Amino acid sequence: MSPAPLTPPGGPAVWREALARVAPIAMGYVPVGMAYGVLAGKAGLSAINVLAMSLLVYAGSAQLVAVGFFAAGASGISIVAATLAVNLRHLLFSAASVPWTSGWRKRELAAFAFELTDETFALHAARYGHGDRDKRLTLAANTLAQASWVAGTALGVAAGDALGDGRALALDFALPGMFLALLAGQLRSPSQAAAAVAGGALSLGAAWCGASGIGTLGAGLAGAACGMGVEAWTRRKRSS
Amino acid sequence: MDAQETIFLTICGMAAVTYATRAAPLLFLAGRTLPPAVQRFLAHVPAAVLAALAVPAVLAPEGRLAGLSSPVLWAGLAAFGLALRTRGFFGPVALGMVIVAAARLLAG
Repeated sequence: MSPAPLTPPGGPAVWREALARVAPIAMGYVPVGMAYGVLAGKAGLSAINVLAMSLLVYAGSAQLVAVGFFAAGASGISIVAATLAVNLRHLLFSAASVPWTSGWRKRELAAFAFELTDETFALHAARYGHGDRDKRLTLAANTLAQASWVAGTALGVAAGDALGDGRALALDFALPGMFLALLAGQLRSPSQAAAAVAGGALSLGAAWCGASGIGTLGAGLAGAACGMGVEAWTRRKRSS
Repeated sequence: MDAQETIFLTICGMAAVTYATRAAPLLFLAGRTLPPAVQRFLAHVPAAVLAALAVPAVLAPEGRLAGLSSPVLWAGLAAFGLALRTRGFFGPVALGMVIVAAARLLAG
């Protein structure tokens, strides 16, 4: 499943550029990956399985949720269902990636989709906003981002008990911190701010009701609709 | 089947559903030009979803509202403020982690 054979022949220059773009994400992925690695080991997963999840699933929040389920002795079916609920938001990222992946071959799309995360999506969305849709850079950046996630996981497995649960090092803040920093980069217009306020408020309400997985998708849909409405409203006001 | 094999099968199931959510819209919609209304909707997806992920994680990390004594709340506000000012990425995350770690150290 590794996308390595599909790595585009870009030469070292593309990889250097990709490394520069991905470095901030990697610096967040390594600590979160470590926290996941430590907790998964504590939950009873073998080192191979801990690493296999980072290689095959590669979804930070879903992996941390799953570890909680494994630790509680939940059934495989319920863990897969929870993973689906947490990851339904990727449907939106995937659809939103269509405009800047037009003309790509099917296998390139398949490889791109495998490594589509909240963070790499936000990175590419920002690049696309500046007119940069370099395919080789996109795929190289995705590969490096997952490599940092797997490396962080391996560090967590190796550190094991020496790290405790990572709370003393604030590893649990790395993921929310990344979401906040990515969000700040998206707020370029009143309609984007409206989408964020609506999405955040609805998601908080859903979490309150204990439906955070599906809630993220619903809040994302409703928030984006809200932002679209505000955009149409401000445009009409300007033209009238 | 031993426990680790069962866990591995579960991981494969997780991988399958995760990949389906990431690949299905891309592969299904590839090559089509989306209607302008859909494009305007999708342009607002990143802000809405990132806020939907960040807000509960900072305000209610344990599933219920955290009080004003929660270091994660203040770290989140500081990180978000810095990110808005500098448009940076790693600086805000590092600032928030330092605040949370320091608060936990002081709290013993």
